[in-house]
Amino acid sequence: MSAGAAPAPGPPPIEVRGLIKRYGDLTAVAGVDLTVETGDVYGYLGPNGAGKTTSLRMMLGLIRPTHGSVRLFGRDPMESVRALQGVAGFVEAPAFYPYLSARRNLELLAAYDGDGARDRIDPALETVELTDRAGDRVGGYSHGMRQRLGIASALLRDPKLLLLDEPATGLDPAGMRDMRLLIRRLADDGMTVLLSSHLLTEVEDICNRVAIVRSGRIVYEGEIAALKRGAGTTYRLETTDDERALAVCRAQAGLTDIRLEHGRICFSADEAAVAELSQALVEAGALIKAMAPQTVTLEDLFFSFTEGAEGEPGVRSPEPATAVPPAR
Amino acid sequence: MPGVATVYRWELTKLRYQKRTYLGLGAAVLVPILFVVAVHFRHDRHGGDFAFSAYLSRSGLAVPLVLLLFGAVWLFPLITALVAGDIIASEDHNGTLKTIFTRSLERGQIFAGKLCATATYAVAAILLAGTVGVIAGSIQSGFNSLQSLSGTIVSAPKALELVYVSLLIYLIPIAAIVSIGLLLSAVTRNSAAAVVGTLMFSLLMQLLGILPGLTGAQPYLLSTQFNAWQGLLRTPIDWAPIVRALWVCALYAVPALFAALVVFVRRDVAGG
Repeated sequence: MSAGAAPAPGPPPIEVRGLIKRYGDLTAVAGVDLTVETGDVYGYLGPNGAGKTTSLRMMLGLIRPTHGSVRLFGRDPMESVRALQGVAGFVEAPAFYPYLSARRNLELLAAYDGDGARDRIDPALETVELTDRAGDRVGGYSHGMRQRLGIASALLRDPKLLLLDEPATGLDPAGMRDMRLLIRRLADDGMTVLLSSHLLTEVEDICNRVAIVRSGRIVYEGEIAALKRGAGTTYRLETTDDERALAVCRAQAGLTDIRLEHGRICFSADEAAVAELSQALVEAGALIKAMAPQTVTLEDLFFSFTEGAEGEPGVRSPEPATAVPPAR
Repeated sequence: MPGVATVYRWELTKLRYQKRTYLGLGAAVLVPILFVVAVHFRHDRHGGDFAFSAYLSRSGLAVPLVLLLFGAVWLFPLITALVAGDIIASEDHNGTLKTIFTRSLERGQIFAGKLCATATYAVAAILLAGTVGVIAGSIQSGFNSLQSLSGTIVSAPKALELVYVSLLIYLIPIAAIVSIGLLLSAVTRNSAAAVVGTLMFSLLMQLLGILPGLTGAQPYLLSTQFNAWQGLLRTPIDWAPIVRALWVCALYAVPALFAALVVFVRRDVAGG
């Protein structure tokens, strides 16, 4: 992953502008704008039905957008399959011919790819650890093995950009860990990756940037670190006299979002304000039993964006500047 | 560089791995054999008192021609539809359209490869049925001269040539069946519906031909073109039905093929 690295010259791997897809009265994607830069490992997050898979299908040229544009390295995938040069991936579960072996499937896809893809079959099988089962018919493969074969089929194209839709869905914990390690390894090798996922800890672990999509719209796009910074730091406080402490907190400058939760005082503040609060509490006679910063996870932020009434950011929404999709 | 030939080769490979291919080719082999066996027993019991009995007992070369006559509208269209109706719909069933559409081949190239593979299968099935018919018939009745529809006698080598040219002419309406099968396969996205629909289309044409008041339309029905090969067995050869079959079948095949191509190329791959 190369967060903060100087962008490579040329158009970005993915540039999506005003993407809309309607099926009759149903709007599956309602105006998505996003940019994935070279070296990004980009998480595309959203609840079921938010339009993630439809967006990915449009990015891969499988679905014609109603409005808007997709550019992969500056090329339109709807115009020609040549736009997919250097691009690989899969949407939903990767699909293969069940009556052919894994190797036969890869041979077919390598033939369809050309450009020396056939020579990459063995290394790809090795990368996803399917060499021993390559002769078996795919019809007998488990879900996890198909997912790994999906990655192998993508690697045949020697991609610079990998688009993966829920790559770890349906895998057991070991399979999820292996998939995470594999994606991280590919990213370390310089591949730009966009992955949609429900597994927020996984995204937090391997992605440097995210877009959070809700009801077909992006409600946040940017770096995970910036998202967390924007959300501020929340503290939990326990004292010998919570009523008095609550009054002190409310009177103290620099504290926001003060509330009593399960017998503990919660508030957001920066470090300087917390130091001053400590002194004020002692002076007021409310002695501190415990005060700890509460780490904001991507999951907390995700729910703050995707739950509650439409258009109403959650309690821990980040600063408005980070919540607006950046126009490029 | 990958192209139509690449898809064609791999479509043939895929056909080799699918049961329906062997079902179709198996029928193409078994039906002539069963036909000869049935004729043999019927001849023993009834002393040759049935339709075409004299024709069939005189020369084994008559077997593929009588088979064409009886199986023209349903047997060979069904064998053809087994693959034509499935070759696109099965990609929907397996969810593999998204897999092959994201490689380095244009959708039109994939369609052309599938069309060529289906045509190859149809040609193979019909030539196979004809060849098995010739062999089984020759074992039963001998490799003898054949009586033409005009009553003249045609030598065995010349008759063999006529049998194969008849089979090739029979492939003209089969090409229309291939196109309609591909269209239904692309539109319905359901293999069974496309196979049954293609066969129903062929049978419906036959029914239309026997409806009173529609006799004027008969020369332009697809079912009529299935008999165009009979012009070869007249002396002199009657080319008129063959020439008509060429353009009438093109009227069925070209729009169907074009529509199938448009559906295939422009469709959203939203499932699978």
